[in-house]
Amino acid sequence: MWNVPHLPFIPEQASTFAVEYDLMYWTIMALTIFFTVGTCAFIAFFVAKYHHGSKADRSNPPAANHLLEIAWSVIPLLMALVIFAWNADFYVRMRMPPKESMNIFVVGKQWMWHLQHPNGVRENNRLTVPVGVPIKLTMISQDVLHSFYVPQFRVKQDVIPGRYTMLWFQATKIGTFNLFCTEYCGTQHSEMGGYVRVVSQADYAKWLANGGDDTLPNASPVELGKALWDRYSCGNCHGVKDTERGPSLIGMFGKKREFTDGTSAEADQVYVRDAVLYPYRKILKGYDQTMPEYSDLLNEDQVIQLSLYMKTMGETEKPAALTPVQGTNR
Amino acid sequence: MASTHVDSTSHHDPEVYHQFETLEQQNDSYIVGMWTFLVTEIMFFGGMFFIYIIYRWSNQDMFYRLHTELSWPLGALNTVILLLSSFTMACAVHHATLKNRKPQQIFMGLTALLASGFLVVKLAFEWYPKWQHGHMPWYWDWPGHVSSPDLLQVPGGTAKMFYSLYFAMTGLHGIHVLIGIICIVILMYLTKIKSILVDSFLPTEMFGLYWHFVDLVWIFLFPLFYLMPK
Amino acid sequence: MSATSVGIPDVPKPKEEKNYLNNGNTIASWLLTTDHKRIAILYLISVSFFFLVGGTAAGLVRLELTSPRGIFFENETYNKIFSLHGIIMVFFFLIPAIPAVIGNFLVPLMCGARDLAFPRMNLLSWYVFISGGFLAVLAMLLGGVDTGWTFYTPYSSLYSNTQVTLAVFGGFLAGFSSIFTGINFIVTIHKMRAPGLTWFRLPLFLWAQYATSVIIILGTPVIAITLLLLFAERVLKLGVFSPELGGDPVLFQHMFWFYSHPAVYIMILPAMGVTNEIISCFSRRRVFGYSFVAFSSLAIAGLGFLVWGHHMFVSGQSMYQGLVFSIITFLVAVPSAIKIFNWVATMYKGSIRLQTPMWYGMGFIGLFLVGGLTGLFLSSMASDVHLHDTYFVVAHFHYVMVGGTIMGYMGGLHMWWPKMTGRMYPEFLGQLSAMLVFVGFNMTFIPQFIVGYLGMPRRYHYYYLAPEFQVYNIMSTLGTTVLGIGYILPVFYLLWSLKYGRKAGPNPWHAWGLEWTTASPPPTFNFATVPIVTSEAYDYDAVSDEQHDFLREEEDAAKAAEGKE
Repeated sequence: MWNVPHLPFIPEQASTFAVEYDLMYWTIMALTIFFTVGTCAFIAFFVAKYHHGSKADRSNPPAANHLLEIAWSVIPLLMALVIFAWNADFYVRMRMPPKESMNIFVVGKQWMWHLQHPNGVRENNRLTVPVGVPIKLTMISQDVLHSFYVPQFRVKQDVIPGRYTMLWFQATKIGTFNLFCTEYCGTQHSEMGGYVRVVSQADYAKWLANGGDDTLPNASPVELGKALWDRYSCGNCHGVKDTERGPSLIGMFGKKREFTDGTSAEADQVYVRDAVLYPYRKILKGYDQTMPEYSDLLNEDQVIQLSLYMKTMGETEKPAALTPVQGTNR
Repeated sequence: MASTHVDSTSHHDPEVYHQFETLEQQNDSYIVGMWTFLVTEIMFFGGMFFIYIIYRWSNQDMFYRLHTELSWPLGALNTVILLLSSFTMACAVHHATLKNRKPQQIFMGLTALLASGFLVVKLAFEWYPKWQHGHMPWYWDWPGHVSSPDLLQVPGGTAKMFYSLYFAMTGLHGIHVLIGIICIVILMYLTKIKSILVDSFLPTEMFGLYWHFVDLVWIFLFPLFYLMPK
Repeated sequence: MSATSVGIPDVPKPKEEKNYLNNGNTIASWLLTTDHKRIAILYLISVSFFFLVGGTAAGLVRLELTSPRGIFFENETYNKIFSLHGIIMVFFFLIPAIPAVIGNFLVPLMCGARDLAFPRMNLLSWYVFISGGFLAVLAMLLGGVDTGWTFYTPYSSLYSNTQVTLAVFGGFLAGFSSIFTGINFIVTIHKMRAPGLTWFRLPLFLWAQYATSVIIILGTPVIAITLLLLFAERVLKLGVFSPELGGDPVLFQHMFWFYSHPAVYIMILPAMGVTNEIISCFSRRRVFGYSFVAFSSLAIAGLGFLVWGHHMFVSGQSMYQGLVFSIITFLVAVPSAIKIFNWVATMYKGSIRLQTPMWYGMGFIGLFLVGGLTGLFLSSMASDVHLHDTYFVVAHFHYVMVGGTIMGYMGGLHMWWPKMTGRMYPEFLGQLSAMLVFVGFNMTFIPQFIVGYLGMPRRYHYYYLAPEFQVYNIMSTLGTTVLGIGYILPVFYLLWSLKYGRKAGPNPWHAWGLEWTTASPPPTFNFATVPIVTSEAYDYDAVSDEQHDFLREEEDAAKAAEGKE
């Protein structure tokens, strides 16, 4: 009923909360505008009428008026209480997930989101969820404070170390939406984000059943590697150029890699396998232990696919992997 | 340009500073100022007590076990010392109002001695053994050397938190005691050279207020750390 | 002392009358002064410096955000710049600005006292402030701080390897400086009011300063201990906030906001106080509902201590906690509304003169209104969930803290500049800068409301994940340019006026208040004789004042005097 077409100054409404949220937002906005414009109009009127030199009646100015004082204390208070009551009710609903919610686990770490689906499928910086199903996220941080935020769903919750926090939503639209970290978490805070991908329930079931594989049945190993690259958002850290977060992998194959312990090795398939599965055995010079270990997540087939895909990155100036995930809602 | 006095502070009593009209106004102002300062001190320690309460609330059992490591007789001894010093300080203030310089000096000296005694007990008999056992937060070794096997079950994190609170709160209190000693020594020196600054009883009175406050903080710290109920 | 020249021929013509400015010209006479007016000037110079530093950082942030992938900086540098902006602006500009500059200058004058109760402590407070500022600037020079001004643990305690320790200690010192000022104001207002100056004859600026001081006294020690513990966590490996030890990760936020929310009122209440004086003087009317306005200051100070949890609706505190904090926050709307409506009502049947301070005063009302009302979005829990930590919040608190506080500060500076320096500034430029600030401010921050609602998180360097934010960021940056000019302009014409400005009489605005009964600039001990107050506050009469154009009359008198010479 209150669904509005997508205006540039309203974020897309993609969850069950969004419509009511916007109604509330614009109600308060209306009050804000009303009081601002009203007060400014009074000021302008008084300035116009009583400016120095004007011929206005200035006799018997009132010094105080208790009735007026009470009126302009009580009326705003009542308005505030109405807003409070509405908000309190809405807030409680936002905090109480329905019993039948599907549980997904979220781990935040500097500077990446790890998400784990009920059957163990994992994603990084990308959350795939079915439309029309209440989803409950149980979240914890591995290091500092983070915050899980999807503007199009109007949901946000801080993710803190040492304690689980919870957030729930139910998507109403198929599409791709923003995922941001909104609690300042250090150097790459602004890049600790990605997308929430809402798919149909059938697609989600299929996707879960293939273990989270996005590729077609007879895809080439390089395509499979690219899918893995996207799913684990490797490109978030290994971008076009070296950053403090991770080295760029473009043109890496065949080059000499120097490690913190003083040794070096040529980047070949063996090196890639070690670096992906056991990144802390040899750390590239100038970097910390920021790369997650993938020994539990990837099987040997997948490591081969990934390394084959990485090899192709040396051949193109701007590899496909560095463009954002396909199918964003823009 | 010789004098910085331009105008009309033609008053009066040399004891009254230029911004005040009368001695009474000046004394009142100093006392109000001192109490206001003590309010900030209460909030300062209050913040720490708040943290303590939060953590003790969620770790009742572990805090109980940990507190056995602290020696309540030493704590009690220190409590007595500080209470005595509060008494001697009150006596010093009494004599200051009467301008009985000699007893005033003696009581202030006693207060300083007792305060130093407090610090000796605290540092030499309480902190130092903990240092040796590796229970300083920056020199942390847990369970390392603990007095009872009960403590072996306390998670290292909780133990460190307890000791952090212990050192932060008693340390902060200890710093206040130290500042007290320094102030009192300065006061005694000024009284000895008959400085005009301490001709009035007011500085002694203000220091007395501070000293009772420091005492009071310890009165709270002692049961919170040394006398936990099971 | 000096009047012995009678009868001696050929004495050099007596120079200018002695006032606090020409009473001693050596550097020592400034740096060792205990005169509240000179200390106010020292503060004025220091906070202006910090404003410049913080403002430059703000400009760099805005410039960098015009592109979704940044222009000049790496992430780390950007983070340090916005932290620099926050730390310097909050701890070293906004909090001391009005109390330590305008308050320091005016509290004794308005009380009819010769100085604050504790002049040496006042000087000490400046030195402590400067040391804190020095440490903070040193921290920036030694590599910077990347925690944001909030210093949230565990990032600040365990993870950041920047100069957090130094900056935290700087903030700790700045806290002490404001405690000293607070104690001084409380004692002065309690004990040193001139005969006849009862509580309900006090200028409302003093009520505001009093409420501010109460907040400082009760709140600042808590941030002091919090920062001290954070400092100890980094230096002594203490473990109080550390979640690794089972500590509460949100505890720091509670402690931090227990001070830092009231700190917002430390910034805004004095600005409200300034606005009272301005609106009343330039409308030639007694402030409407004086006692309501006076008590609303205290109400804001009191309620301010009970609402800190509204910064933490999504931080993991319990839902019920959130509900309580939210409803108390709504109560703050009442005293704020009282103030706004009373100011507007003060203009009714007045004789309104649109001089520079009045432009700032009206600008304050407008911007504070928007700041306060957008606070409704954030004090409502459900509505806060989406907006928390986005640019909406950034815009909101800039409306309150910059729109409010700096408008008040600038307004106050312009109103009392003739008193402070004895010179008038060029009126046209004054009005121009007030309007530039107002327009530039709205241009800067209205787009931020929109982009915040669209979901742009604050403290974001890159926003390539959502490039549609760019247009609003560019709009905001354009506004900043206008705002910047508005802020820089007064620096020039105020400095110019020091030498070339027309001399101001003791009371160029014909304002009510004891500070206007003494010379401009006032003599070192403020009043030749202790003033006795016999009239109610704001004893203006719009009807008879309508006959006068005070500024013009003064100008004519000055010209006439010149002509005679």
